[in-house]
Amino acid sequence: MSLTNDQLQAVAHLARIAVEDEWSEALRADLNAILDQASRLDDPRLNELEPMAHPLDQTQRMRADTVTETDQRETLMAGAPAQEKGLFLVPKVIE
Amino acid sequence: MSTSDSPQGGDAALINASITQLKGWLSAGELSAADLAGAFTQRIDTIDSELNSLISLVAPAEPGGDGALAGIPYVHKDIFCARGTRTTCGSRMLADWVAPYDATVHQRLTESGAVLLGKANMDEFAMGSSNENSHFGAVANPWDTSAVPGGSSGGSAAAVAARLAPFATGTDTGGSIRQPAAFCGVTGIKPTYGRVSRYGMIAYASSFDQGGVIAKSAEDCALVLGEMAGFDARDSTSSDEAVPDYVAALDGSIAGLRVGIPRQWFSDALDPAVGDAVTAAIDELRAAGAEAVEIDLPDADIALAAYYLLAPAEASSNLSRFDGVRFGYRCEDPMDLQDLYERTRSEGFGSEVKRRILVGTYALSAGYYDAFYRRAQKARRLVTEHFQRAFEQCDVIAGPVTPTPAFDRGAHSDDPAKMYLEDIFTIPVNLAGLPGMSVPAGFVAGRPVGLQLIGRHFNEARLLNVAHQYQQCVDWHQRMPSIAAASAHDNREG
Repeated sequence: MSLTNDQLQAVAHLARIAVEDEWSEALRADLNAILDQASRLDDPRLNELEPMAHPLDQTQRMRADTVTETDQRETLMAGAPAQEKGLFLVPKVIE
Repeated sequence: MSTSDSPQGGDAALINASITQLKGWLSAGELSAADLAGAFTQRIDTIDSELNSLISLVAPAEPGGDGALAGIPYVHKDIFCARGTRTTCGSRMLADWVAPYDATVHQRLTESGAVLLGKANMDEFAMGSSNENSHFGAVANPWDTSAVPGGSSGGSAAAVAARLAPFATGTDTGGSIRQPAAFCGVTGIKPTYGRVSRYGMIAYASSFDQGGVIAKSAEDCALVLGEMAGFDARDSTSSDEAVPDYVAALDGSIAGLRVGIPRQWFSDALDPAVGDAVTAAIDELRAAGAEAVEIDLPDADIALAAYYLLAPAEASSNLSRFDGVRFGYRCEDPMDLQDLYERTRSEGFGSEVKRRILVGTYALSAGYYDAFYRRAQKARRLVTEHFQRAFEQCDVIAGPVTPTPAFDRGAHSDDPAKMYLEDIFTIPVNLAGLPGMSVPAGFVAGRPVGLQLIGRHFNEARLLNVAHQYQQCVDWHQRMPSIAAASAHDNREG
């Protein structure tokens, strides 16, 4: 298993993480070392096992369809990097 | 009165007292909650510049309740939200973020009367085994400042070891309570998955994350866990299993207890000196009436490989919320929205977090999902079945927490894949969602060694009982690093 530089850039784009050129070779080596360990999962004993998503094999609990949250807009928005009139500000997306 | 059973002994008595002793002095009026908080705050001021175990200090409030922990100071791992308190998760991304709400754990501890003194350093977003991945700097091991304290709850473990607080909260996704507790010579418990609410605990890998306690003894852990544990409607994976009285269970006999010893864990991968310390600890349990049974827990390498795909996969999803729009860090002068996302995340996250997000994104991406993610979920089943078979032969499992004692700072920082091997004995427990503890069991070349105890699901009471009985026979948990003792002179009393 070896990740090419193009694959690394594609994954970095999916993850919305800019990978600078000076880091990309070292990063690729690290990721390949980590993914190499995944070859342990080729073990044929795994073939017939059911995938396990929850350690107690439970499913998500349902709750009553009632409003429990109060309006905390100002409190929750206080940590936003840029905001105005109750809106999050981002760079212009429509020309 | 002797100095050991009275607050008149000054700091030395205070810092080594159990929570029950502290409560006795508080309720007898020999000590006020403000005195107690002040004594520990003063220690933090004196000692922590050498350790860097805390990221933020919090002005101690009056106890918010008169429950089981009324007036007892503590520190939170900086992953728990406490309203109005800076909550960084060890990241530049949240370096200035003030939590707008309380984690359930925080709410429960506050209602119980515990007094928050500060937020403990940690590996960024709980990703790490050495506490070298914090935006706020590495933490030193109080036993030897050239060694790491372990991670990711390294600040919590170092603070308790240095007697900067009677207890600390922690979280354990792949060993992040047990491994630092072992490296710092303190007692830590990672409960069963679902036992402690994850609400307000910043998410890393949600099917593994579990909050717990680091303290000086099993007795103190039992008291604190009893306050933290229990059903919470705000966490959809919280268990509604009743919480037993952990303190009442401490004194039970362990005669006849079947202790499973995983033969594969005592292999070449284990430092022989660590193996000797763990074997000596198991001998103590036998001397107390327990019976040792050899069991099989194979495939630790498969567990490790599975964890280092599943946890990053979950992390890549959980950490997508840090986008520079709704909270936390934002890069300077973004050209457009794409640039805002990519540079914010590139600058706001440290290297290890970015590595794991990228591994996880890859493992979940089209064409690789079956080969990596689904395969790893099957491996999770395999490992869980190994534990189920083992528990047909024994009541608890005992073994090492880590292959070696605390390693030197910088020793593994250029080789992430090698660093991951540190977690080989802790990760299988998280895959299966079982409760586990680390209990101080001696020293190798001046650095502490931990005994790991693993129980059946929701069998925390039994683990705490076994650990407490062990701590009646040994005094490893009462040893204190010289950095803590040097400052324990009587600087409080006139």
